[in-house]
Parts: sequence; structure tokens; C-alpha cells
Amino acid sequence: MDSFVNRFRGTTELWANEANMFDDFGPYDAVKEFSQPPVEFLKECTDEKSDSECRIKFEHGTTTLAFKFQGGIIVATDSRASAGSYIASQTVKKVIEINPYLLGTMAGGAADCQFWERELGRRCRNKERISVAAASKLLANMVYPYKGMGLSMGTMVTGWDKTGPNLFYVDSDGSRFKGDMFSVGSGSTFAYGVLDSGLDYELSTNDAIELSRRSIYHATYRDAASGGYVRIYHVKEQGWEFIGLFDVGNLHWEYNGL
Amino acid sequence: MNSTAFCDNTLTSGPTGHGFYPYEANGGTAVAIAGEDFCVVASDTRQSNGYLINARYSPKAFKMSDKAVLANSGFAADGNALVRRLGQRMQWYRHSHEKEMSITALAQLLSNTLYYKRFFPYYTQVLLGGIDENGVGVVFSFDPVGSYGSEICRAAGTAAALIQPFLDNQVELKNMQIGEKPRLSLDRALCIAKDAFTSATERDIYTGDYLEIYIIKGDGVTIENYPLKKD
Repeated sequence: MDSFVNRFRGTTELWANEANMFDDFGPYDAVKEFSQPPVEFLKECTDEKSDSECRIKFEHGTTTLAFKFQGGIIVATDSRASAGSYIASQTVKKVIEINPYLLGTMAGGAADCQFWERELGRRCRNKERISVAAASKLLANMVYPYKGMGLSMGTMVTGWDKTGPNLFYVDSDGSRFKGDMFSVGSGSTFAYGVLDSGLDYELSTNDAIELSRRSIYHATYRDAASGGYVRIYHVKEQGWEFIGLFDVGNLHWEYNGL
Repeated sequence: MNSTAFCDNTLTSGPTGHGFYPYEANGGTAVAIAGEDFCVVASDTRQSNGYLINARYSPKAFKMSDKAVLANSGFAADGNALVRRLGQRMQWYRHSHEKEMSITALAQLLSNTLYYKRFFPYYTQVLLGGIDENGVGVVFSFDPVGSYGSEICRAAGTAAALIQPFLDNQVELKNMQIGEKPRLSLDRALCIAKDAFTSATERDIYTGDYLEIYIIKGDGVTIENYPLKKD
């Protein structure tokens, strides 16, 4: 008899749980479980801390900045892409030319920024030029449905419209701010330090370009995930203009003397 | 009694969890070098899984057109599926436009194809080498979810970290304080590609067996095959 009772002793708890499960049965819909992409599984395969042999390494680590001044907007970025401790590239284009008068910057997942800002360019095709406020909101609304599914983008959308130069910060969490100055990425804190100490709305164009170059340089100096080249753009009334590409290795000797 | 042990282990424990592991790392290395009017795409042909060598000749590079060659490394099944899908899209393009796709168009198509599987990616790093609309050699490199850029030279795969610094030094002449940097000749590019692979074979267990080199020029694609060490 004991053996008969023992056989079912440990199972009462299981049945209790089963009862709870049926209590919650109402709103449960199995189909919903499968209609979602396998996000948890993807996280497992891409998490850089996980020990999985075949994990996908995404490119991360960046410094980008943009600020308004009397001559328009300056946009500057570094050009390094790192996957873990490996430097995947030193020549990445982190300024995305959405169209001749709209610029976007790239921080976070390279593919996420590239894909969605290209899609933004496609959706901005119109006889009349779209405002920067509308374009940035278009981007924010495009990525918002994917919130929590692992998209990673921190971007600044800049351009010149009817209201003048405009600068917006948009990210994949759903934030969207208008502002006069932003810096995004792992090196942003270092860039902010230099930027805050030298920024003045009345800066000449050359001085503004030099400030942006110095800010990115100092970020590459202290942030191991930033480096390569400083890429600078100037947003003006007639559209954006590419200013130049500066090797950080050369800037170091320029700023520190020989 | 036996029955007690039986019920303790099965009835009281929850459902057994089985992981979903759809990926494998098959190793291998690919190199692409762009010249002024040519492009070299080289890859080894070994396919492995852990310490086991599955195949000694399982090519990772594929001719997509007379002006484009695609090489991939990572999960071989995903790589092959991607190549077949891309080949089919190029066929549709030929039928509807009566012309071959340019390599720049192919690069954008490949980027979108990879991104459409953003939430269940192709586990593959892709190099696309060839000749563009102006007859200039180009190399595009892609991450598994489709971010891409144009480059002069690129190594991808398990020996990428071994070969890329060598390429930076010998092809791009990085960090050399010389005025005009000369572009590479085809012969020199081939020598560099062969040296890169013989050296990588010595230090990377996933690289070896055979080296397959695609040479893309204005007048078409040629293939060369060389043995590598098989240990």
C-alpha cells in the first residue's frame, strides 16, 4: 500500500499548477506564440556574453555628433566598427545621405541604421521637400512597432527645411527629441566634454568644423570602440556638403605637437 | 521500489527543454581584393564542424555573373541557400529587363535579402567582388544582417583576423609615409592572395585543403585552383 501511495505523493503539486494553468486559459492563444519572430532565440545567438560557438557578432561602438550654429549644422562621426575586441573596419560611413538635403547618422546596429534610413529616403520622395520634423517622425514611427525585438539604432536626423536648419535625435526605443546639439554612441561622453567647452552659436564655419573634428578626435583617444577617420558634413540652406575625411593618426600629432 | 524512483523522476519534474540550435559554424576563409580594372576573390574549400573535417572540396565562392563573384563563410547551409535565392532573383531580373544586373544593384539586393531575415538571420559573412558599370574593380563586404560597404580589400571568415592586417599592409600600404600610393597589379594581387592562404593554413585549423581563386576582368571570369596543406 505504501508503495502505491508513494507513487502519487510528489504529484499533487503538479496537479495544483495544472489547475492554475486552466484558470489562465481564457486569454491564451497558441497561435500568438508563433506569430512573433523568435526574438529570445535570436538574443541567445547574438549575445556577446553568451558562450555559444556560433553566435552572430554585430558591429557596435561609435562616436557621432551634430550641432547647430549660425552657419547651419555640423555633423561629424568616427569610422570604426568593432565586433567584440576585433576591429571589423576602420572605414565605415556613419553619415547616411538620405537625400541631397537630409542626413542621418549611424550608431548601434549598422544594418538597422542603413536599412531604415534608406527606407526613410524612399518614403520622403515627394514633389515638395519634407520637413525634418516630419522625416524624423516618419523614421521613429517606422521602427516603433519593432520595439523590444532587438533593433538597435541611435540616430540624428538633420537637414534644412522651410523653418531653417533642424536637428532631431531618434532611437529604436521610441525616443525622439528636437535639439541644438547631440552626441550619440559609446564615445559620446568624451565628445560632449569637448563640445560643451567650445560650443558657441556665433562660431565661424571653420571654427565649428574644427570643434567637431577635435571632439571626435578626443572621443577616439579615450574610447577604444571609436577610431579610424573623422568624417565631417556641413548642412546648409542649399543642402548638405561633405567637408572631409581626417585620419585620427595624423590629428594626434597635429593636436599634440611633434 | 522501482516504481517510486520512476514517478519521482518523471511525473514531478517539468517538461524537458530542448534547445533550438539551427546554426553551425563551418569555418573557412575568403579574401577579396579590388584592382584598377580587375578583382580577385579567393577562398579555401575546407568545410568543418568543430574538430571534424566534413569535406575537403566544398566551394564557398560562386560566380553570380560575368562581372560578380560571391564568397561567403559561416554556416554553409545558410550560405548556399542565400546564393541560390540570389541567383534566382538575378534570373528574374534578366527575364524582365533583358540585361544582366550590375554589381552595385546586386549589392543592394543582397543587403535587402539579408535584412529581410533580420529576426532569423542567415549566419554568413559575405564578400562580393567584381567589376562595376565603369569597368573598375570593386569589393563589397556584408555583415549577417545586411550592412554593407565598398572596400579595396577584405578578409572574412575564421582566419580574417590573421589575414586582414597582412592585406592592410601589403595591398592598401596603410600607415606608410609615402606620397602617391600605387595601385596593385593583378600578378601582385594573386601572389598576396596565395601567400595569405598558405600562412593562414599554418595557423587556422578551419582553413586548408584547396585554394580557389576567381579572377574577374572586363572580358570575363577565370578560375584557378591550388592545393593547400591538408592537415
